[in-house]
Amino acid sequence: MVDAKGNKDERDQGTKTQDGSHETQAELVKSDAVELEIVEVREGAFGIHGTGDTSGFGGLTRPVMMPGASQRPYGGWYDEVADQLATITELDEAIEKVVVDRGEITFFIRRHKLLETVTHLRNDPVLRFEFCSSVSGVHFPHETGRELHVAYHLLSMTHNRRIRLEVVAPDDDPHIPSVVSIYPTADWQERETWDMFGIIFDGHPALARILMPDDWPGHPQRKDYPLGGIPVEYKGGTIAPPDQRRSYS
Amino acid sequence: MTETVSDPYASTTDSAEGPVFTVTGQDWDTIDASAVEGDHLVINMGPQHPSTHGVLRLILEIDGETVRDARAGVGYLHTGIEKNMEYRTWTQGVTFCTRMDYVAPFSNEAAYVMAVEKLLGIEAPEKAQVMRVLLLELNRVSSHLVALATGGMEIGALTVMTCGFRDRELILDLFEMITGLRMNHAFIRPGGVAQDMPAGGIEKLRSTVRLLKKRLPEYAALCNANPIFKGRLKGVGHLDLSGCLALGLTGPILRATGYDWDLRKKQPYWGYETYDFDVVTRDEPDAYGRFRVRLDEMWESLKIVEQATERLAAMEGQPVMVADKKIAWPSQLSVGSDGQGNSAEHIKHIMGESMEALIHHFKIVTEGFRVPAGQAYASVEAPRGEIGCHVVSDGGTRPYRAHFRDPSFVNLQGTSVMSEGGMLSDVIVAIASIDPVMGGVDR
Repeated sequence: MVDAKGNKDERDQGTKTQDGSHETQAELVKSDAVELEIVEVREGAFGIHGTGDTSGFGGLTRPVMMPGASQRPYGGWYDEVADQLATITELDEAIEKVVVDRGEITFFIRRHKLLETVTHLRNDPVLRFEFCSSVSGVHFPHETGRELHVAYHLLSMTHNRRIRLEVVAPDDDPHIPSVVSIYPTADWQERETWDMFGIIFDGHPALARILMPDDWPGHPQRKDYPLGGIPVEYKGGTIAPPDQRRSYS
Repeated sequence: MTETVSDPYASTTDSAEGPVFTVTGQDWDTIDASAVEGDHLVINMGPQHPSTHGVLRLILEIDGETVRDARAGVGYLHTGIEKNMEYRTWTQGVTFCTRMDYVAPFSNEAAYVMAVEKLLGIEAPEKAQVMRVLLLELNRVSSHLVALATGGMEIGALTVMTCGFRDRELILDLFEMITGLRMNHAFIRPGGVAQDMPAGGIEKLRSTVRLLKKRLPEYAALCNANPIFKGRLKGVGHLDLSGCLALGLTGPILRATGYDWDLRKKQPYWGYETYDFDVVTRDEPDAYGRFRVRLDEMWESLKIVEQATERLAAMEGQPVMVADKKIAWPSQLSVGSDGQGNSAEHIKHIMGESMEALIHHFKIVTEGFRVPAGQAYASVEAPRGEIGCHVVSDGGTRPYRAHFRDPSFVNLQGTSVMSEGGMLSDVIVAIASIDPVMGGVDR
């Protein structure tokens, strides 16, 4: 097992992977954080930790990489949307990076520019993303300084296109501007994201919990929040609760 | 208002906003409201009220019979499905998400599986796609029948309710025959579907569709021109196109404004572009228009079911799961003398013939398969509108995060704008026209 310091060193080196596929991308793309695609470090194999592993696989350490930033041309209408966003002069600061993966385009937007960006995305006739399908959060506790992600799935019914916006915030400053003034449908969805992740949407008209009780402590979808559960006995055997069963690393 | 009663459920208390009375029905005369000024009341409807489609709580500010302010309180059915999915394999995830919108379980499965298949970069075999379309469309009919049935019941049209549930039962019988279960099927799996069509399935499908076609006109005959029915529904719960788009409402509510937005046509998946059907629209953005859209959509769905049935009849023996053994579930189920279980040939193979097959079976069933890191969003036209699934993988054997954009959850935001300014009795009709399923709202 690699200790906590060893983990950190691995992440600081940033771009080392087993197959080397991501090694070159960090140099090519200007981004706020070079190691940002690494969301976790995976150790060992077969879910074995500590003693009991005689295979040697327990010593494996592999960073978990999310797809890295893409290079132009993105292909198809992706470039048209990216160009139009780039021509809006106040927005040249807004886009941190663009990821095209599995036929979907993701714009990473800096949070202080989010409101301006979605305003243009909705109003600009070339962009015209008039429909906000979904707002949700993802928690990456290993991405230091960028732990909380919010994904907005926008739909342009006019052009029949979908894009994803991703906005990040650190755990110790979980503030992201609310888009309710642009997309009223985000009202409940931002409340749910607050409820589940503790992300505070500044400017939301009534950011109250929605699914959990009003006085609930904690935010259940965060990775540091346990699933809970009790062991179940069956015919003399005891089955551990789901979050304590073997997980395959 | 100085009375102090120890029963917390039937007492009169004072709050900052004014006195609080608890009435549970037929006990208005026990309330002494003489000290209260004006007719202004804030009432709690639900969460256990028969007209609110399950555990939905409405907080209504009423002035006489007029609703001044309507707020919906949700979360009473929250079971942490999304969180639970993070602790199960990718295949087991289907078992959880099918329980969200329990009236349209196949749509939940479809959205999730489509997202997972996008992450894996695989496509289900053609026969599996046809079976998925068949089940999704049968499910649309059964779901719309529930919408009609409960909507009718809530305005006192009990015949619509009994007919609706009677005909839904026919479709649930089909589900039971094909998937083994009436609800919560977990049948659509990453890579295909769980089982092939059962013997005699095609004939049963044909005869049920024939029967449904005979019975569906009953609803139109009973309701379409019924003056009481129209009187309760027409002009109630009005929400126009711009309101729908701003609040994110999709499905029959959006199509009742005249906009033909249907993901099956606009962003077709699983071969929907090859089926002959029409998108139903109507220029009546009220409860009546939504009722008529649902009614007509059932006919279009039956058209698709018929075409899918004929395709399946010509596809006998074709695979319903991808050939990749690293993803496909290793065994087929069968019913033996001791109940349902893995098929006898499979047991014979792994227990008696091949050690490697046994290891493989064990690995894929307990550990599951890995999905390359990344994220995907997939959306399906569910009976209530767009159901979307955003899944994030960290390259492991479990979803790192699965989020569902449930149409009931988003559509329910229309409650306030549909009910405010109207009569108290119309709140029920407006919500029935949204047709929320609280299992999907609260997940």
